[in-house]
Amino acid sequence: MSTAGAGEAWVRDPGLQPERTRLAWRRTTLSSTVAALLAGKTALHGGPSAAGIAVCAVCCVLWLWFLAVAHRRIRTLATTGDGGPPALSARHATAATLCAVALAACGAALVIL
Amino acid sequence: MIDFARNVRLWFAPQEIDAEGRTPDYRFSLANERTFLAWLRTALALIGGGFAVDQFLPDLRWGWRVGLALALLAAGVLCSLRAVNHWVRCERAMRRGEDLPVSRFPALLSLAVAVVAVAMVVVVLVRGNG
Repeated sequence: MSTAGAGEAWVRDPGLQPERTRLAWRRTTLSSTVAALLAGKTALHGGPSAAGIAVCAVCCVLWLWFLAVAHRRIRTLATTGDGGPPALSARHATAATLCAVALAACGAALVIL
Repeated sequence: MIDFARNVRLWFAPQEIDAEGRTPDYRFSLANERTFLAWLRTALALIGGGFAVDQFLPDLRWGWRVGLALALLAAGVLCSLRAVNHWVRCERAMRRGEDLPVSRFPALLSLAVAVVAVAMVVVVLVRGNG
């Protein structure tokens, strides 16, 4: 990803801040993938049941939702506005957090049932 | 607690954060964002640990297994909610030019992890002898 080239207003940041932030999103996506895979394994443990498949589907949707949030943020980071890319919006941060919370809720349901 | 309730409102209302103070240097905002993501990864790791305990420790008694798994999942939820709350607080402090908020959450989380680790050492030693 190149942050230069959007005019003279933006010179490349020698600290590579947008790139580091992009990679942080990638790492977090990877973490959520691992968590979602473990959730799927737990849901389908002991043969596929209707409830297990439903919870597994919910986990897949949550994972896709997180992927979409991360992807949108990475695209925003690539834009070069005046004085760097725009800051993370509270709605994005809350969406990412709610994904994790919902995954944990699925986990609690699976563990108890 | 009242502060927390007000911050929860801010999670869903980005325009209210932008309304006050001056926009800080984008590098500080991005550093704050990376810190938030690091905490979110910690939360996801705790949640994944909860699933792993449930899946990969079938020999454990039901009560212990479910208790440990639920404790890890609850810690993950707490950690992720705290991540977004701390991000909002830092963002506001930077916009207002105040000191960054301090927090005792890292110390509490470290203590909890240390206690669980010591408990695991004891469990392994007792089972090895018995």
